[in-house]
Amino acid sequence: MESSTTPRTSATVCGMGHSMKRKEDPRFIRGQGHYVDDIKLPGMLHMDIVRSPYAHAKILAIRTEKALAIPGVLAVITGETLKQYNLHWMPTLMSDTQMVLPVEKVMYQAQEVAAVIATDRYIAADGVEAVEVDYEPLEVVVDPFKALLPGAPVLRTDKEGKTDNHIWHWETGDRAATEKAFAEAEVVVKQDMYIPRIHVASIETCGCVADFDPAMGHLTVHMTTQAPHAIRTVFALVAGHVGLSEEKIRIISPDIGGGFGGKVPVYPGYVIAVAASVVIGKPIKWVEDRMENLQADSFARDYHMTAELAAKKDGTMTALRIKTLADHGYADAAANPSKFPAGLFSICTGSYNLPIAFTEMDAAYTNKPPGGVAYRCSFRVTEAVHAIERVTDVLAQELKMDPAELRFKNFIQPDQFPYKSALGWEYDSGNYPGALQKAMDNIGYVELRKEQAEKRQRGELMGIGICSFTEIVGAGPSKDFDILGIKMFDSAEIRIHPTGKAIARFGTKSQGQGHETTYAQIVAEELGIPASQVQVEEGDTDTAPYGLGTYASRSTPTSGAACAIAARKIRDKAKKIAAHLLEVSEDDLEWEVGKFSVKGAPQKSKTIQEIAFAAYTNHPPGMEAGLEAVNYYDPPNLTFPFGSYICVVDIDRGTGEVKVRRFMAVDDCGNIINPMIVDGQIHGGLSMGLAPALFEEISYDEQGNISGGSFMDYLVPTSMETPNWETDKTVTPCPHHPLGAKGVGESATVGAPPAIVNAVVDALSHLGVRHIEIPMTPEKVWNILREKGVAE
Amino acid sequence: MADHNINIKVNGTERKAQVESRLLLVYFLRENLSMTGTHIGCDTTHCGACTVLLDGQPVKSCTVLAVQADGREVMTVEGLETGGQLHPIQNGFWQEHGLQCGYCTPGMLMTSYALLQHNTEPSELEIRQAISGNLCRCTGYVNIIKSVQHAAAKMHADQTEVKGGV
Amino acid sequence: MIPAPFDYHAPQTLEEAVALLQSHPDEAKVLSGGQSLLPLLKLRLGAAGHLVDIGRIPGLEYIHEEGGFLKIGGRTRESALEHSDLIRSKYPLLLETAEVIADPLVRNLATVGGNLAHGDPANDHPATMLALRAEIVATGAQGTRTIPIDQFFVGLFQTALAPDEILTEIRVPEPPARSGGSYVKLERKVGDFATAATAVQVTLGPGGEVAQIGIGLTNAGPMPLRASAAEALLQGKVPSKDLIAQAAQLASQATSPGADRRGAVEYKKQMSRVLTMRALQRAVDRANQAQAEEH
Repeated sequence: MESSTTPRTSATVCGMGHSMKRKEDPRFIRGQGHYVDDIKLPGMLHMDIVRSPYAHAKILAIRTEKALAIPGVLAVITGETLKQYNLHWMPTLMSDTQMVLPVEKVMYQAQEVAAVIATDRYIAADGVEAVEVDYEPLEVVVDPFKALLPGAPVLRTDKEGKTDNHIWHWETGDRAATEKAFAEAEVVVKQDMYIPRIHVASIETCGCVADFDPAMGHLTVHMTTQAPHAIRTVFALVAGHVGLSEEKIRIISPDIGGGFGGKVPVYPGYVIAVAASVVIGKPIKWVEDRMENLQADSFARDYHMTAELAAKKDGTMTALRIKTLADHGYADAAANPSKFPAGLFSICTGSYNLPIAFTEMDAAYTNKPPGGVAYRCSFRVTEAVHAIERVTDVLAQELKMDPAELRFKNFIQPDQFPYKSALGWEYDSGNYPGALQKAMDNIGYVELRKEQAEKRQRGELMGIGICSFTEIVGAGPSKDFDILGIKMFDSAEIRIHPTGKAIARFGTKSQGQGHETTYAQIVAEELGIPASQVQVEEGDTDTAPYGLGTYASRSTPTSGAACAIAARKIRDKAKKIAAHLLEVSEDDLEWEVGKFSVKGAPQKSKTIQEIAFAAYTNHPPGMEAGLEAVNYYDPPNLTFPFGSYICVVDIDRGTGEVKVRRFMAVDDCGNIINPMIVDGQIHGGLSMGLAPALFEEISYDEQGNISGGSFMDYLVPTSMETPNWETDKTVTPCPHHPLGAKGVGESATVGAPPAIVNAVVDALSHLGVRHIEIPMTPEKVWNILREKGVAE
Repeated sequence: MADHNINIKVNGTERKAQVESRLLLVYFLRENLSMTGTHIGCDTTHCGACTVLLDGQPVKSCTVLAVQADGREVMTVEGLETGGQLHPIQNGFWQEHGLQCGYCTPGMLMTSYALLQHNTEPSELEIRQAISGNLCRCTGYVNIIKSVQHAAAKMHADQTEVKGGV
Repeated sequence: MIPAPFDYHAPQTLEEAVALLQSHPDEAKVLSGGQSLLPLLKLRLGAAGHLVDIGRIPGLEYIHEEGGFLKIGGRTRESALEHSDLIRSKYPLLLETAEVIADPLVRNLATVGGNLAHGDPANDHPATMLALRAEIVATGAQGTRTIPIDQFFVGLFQTALAPDEILTEIRVPEPPARSGGSYVKLERKVGDFATAATAVQVTLGPGGEVAQIGIGLTNAGPMPLRASAAEALLQGKVPSKDLIAQAAQLASQATSPGADRRGAVEYKKQMSRVLTMRALQRAVDRANQAQAEEH
């Protein structure tokens, strides 16, 4: 597959490689974006939710009289209401079950307990305050280790025969060979790591307008969802028994103010709003406020890992072993492909030629909200890469080896691709040494090490951290990947109009990734129709072809491929039409962007626009009119973007504050559709890597009370905390993707945290520090400085 | 609890209404006036998605009562474009990819617009400080800064042109 | 996010405002910038049946020097302090304080008077006004009175203001020659309250010794704190690095911060020490520089 860095098309056509200004921007810069909370329908009512202050409690009584007495409050919905329709529980994406509204007990603080329906938002809020609930607190389980001890209170008493809090055990790799390798190893390092709960905190929270039309028996839900078709099918399956039928359900995902995985799951609020709309027969709007969002949905991570690396004295890695305890909250509602309860964690062998590996994981129930797969994690790749990149640095420290040198020594080499990893992945393409070398050259690594040595003499704390990650995106091939049984293909449907313009619809759903521009650029690349003349649509299940949505950086690898294939099908038909128009055989024609011409007689040609017109006015006899194609793309493999990041930090010895002085990110996502958009994704991803590394954390006390449940304490970095990101790229095309492209949206969130941790540890390694848990708050760092006697 | 009659000049036009005391300015704009360009992103006055100009100053409209704005002037993102022409700050965001999901964008635009009204050549630090009350999750702020610099350069060039190119 | 219902009043004069406060004791709250009060009401913490908006009353926003004092109107916006040439040139402590209050958008509405009257030890101006030995002017049903800053803060969220009193002016003594001030704040991110913060205002005598010193600490206990022992140690002496370190230690010892997400007690106390050292050094350097510029 050739690498494309210089665009082949003109600026007018604007195909791949052009930094086309985004086609969606004109509405956003005018404040004319169309988000869920902007929707106003006639007769629309507002819903607000009563939430539990307790993490684990029996519900003794819910009294609604005071609420119902407030003028404008129309109804209060409880678990008992929904139980009548058997809607009080629903399946999760991992085939567990979770409550929509509780009947017997609540299982996490801020759990939905009742819903108030009112004529306006303000009255609904008053209604919520007026609902009275009597609780009997129960023993709370927040520590997943304690949850798995014999004698721990059993949380899921709703599951018949369940006698513990263990959800599942998962393992992959060769346990015996790994044990043997560790037993025989010259060097072994081991490191415990905890990746705390964090929250996507997209600036738009979650919400919906559920609009049931009783006359037609038709439900439309305008919803903050990254996966509208999957939602439609889930609703049809879950609520089929109350009369909702898939052809009469329409999910519309309008403009979404950031998803990051937090808008994939089906939250109770959506289901209650739908139920309310069906029962009342009016549109119901539910939009959560920020504290509800932070406390009840969209969380990510919460992995307790122990990573071990076996190696030879010269630094050659021989085996990897990782054991993890996953805290899933009270239900496994993680949005993973169904065969992967731990997502794609088995990418944990990383960028290294590790011949032997084994990893196992257990998941536990606790009194916390359900979830886990979000925050640009690529299905747990953030956790996996944190483990391997941290333990690699621990090994480097143990061997007193430069971390770059250790990585070069162990990288999978370019000539080893496609590379079969010890845990079963076939990496498509990569050049890991190239990326790391470029990062080192760009940032001046050698000079920085000199500077560090000088500063150390003066007692100044400066660190340099490296992360060389391999990502795994584009779920995924149908033999392995499905969500609730629905295979993870994705789709594109392209139709060319008589005047040569086009409309293209997809099964994905952008929440800011620029699909209206990038997909148009693919069509432009393949057909020569200017991207500005290709209208792109996503998100309306009535019109878009079926797809699994946008998350885990899958859109370019799946729908992007489908787009290219569909366009090529159109080109095939266009060739036939051109042959007919030019009265030659197809074999006499050659294609250059935007037209077919006769070989040897280039003046005899037909543009795609002429061909399109002919498709409706002069198509060949025996051929259908029209010029369109659909493709449902089943990717043959995932794609493996990669990169090397280098971070430079300075530590304030008085306060423990970590300042990121420089950050160089070299990324490789194969062939690039729009460099400007890719850079934007990297900038955003880096910022969502900085945040968990230094600032963000959601935690719980012994009673299950949340800490970090508002923006007061959940510290989303501002422009002042965020450094100026420096980016560069290498281009190693994907051999199996029609465009040679890979996904990229989450690479930076995967690669940045280990680079920053490695830098801070590096700043303190001469004092014997080996590891620091994230977030590396000033207090945490200062405690270390104090312990080591170097605090100011 | 009595309602109040208010008259607020929004983007140059007087808008009258009868409102509850507790109605927040952001809801007045979004619901009473159906001007949904101004967004809500939090409940603790942190995110800045609700930023509008109140008598020319950028403020968080979620933390202002509509009644407080009675008799005063409000400018929202809908007021940036004039006579069908985008304001340089809007064009700057477009040219420099200063937005992705677009949700924080109106707030960023209003804050940046206000900055450029009194500081025509802001440094990177000054831009970062000015937008430090506006959270963005998508862009990492890098291109937002470039967008503001783009607009500043354009406005500066326009002014120089007007002055006769000296 | 939605406040409970309340009554709203927008008096046109101070007298009207005071009368309103008098007629709704226990229920009325003054609405100044609203950047502390409205967030509380939105979370339905702290009820207020009546809001008395002093935003329409003329003559409450000003920054000028008169009669040996810097006089700041109670409703002066923080952003006005930031953009004032007078403040920038003569009151660096006030500038540095204003610059780190919340964020720039909040500062366009937040008022100096509100920042003080809220009685929150986490707010920034209280420590600064302690360091500056300011006076608070309040107007109520009994008339107008002046309250020395050391008598102004009486408890957590409690000031010496009577329920019918409005903070109308803050008076800061004009600093003599050879003065300097600094506010150093450690915050987890822009917009946060202080993990710890120290305000220092110092005047040096002819021999470089401390002629006047004021040290105030933010979020270091249930009330804004004056580091009296530290002040006493420095009084009359040349502020060497060692002496500054000792003074900072004394200041730290006087603190009683609560443990929370910003830090454990020990960390916060140590940060009070570090920041006090830095603020003292900066203030002294500025005072020396002012002296150098004189000559």
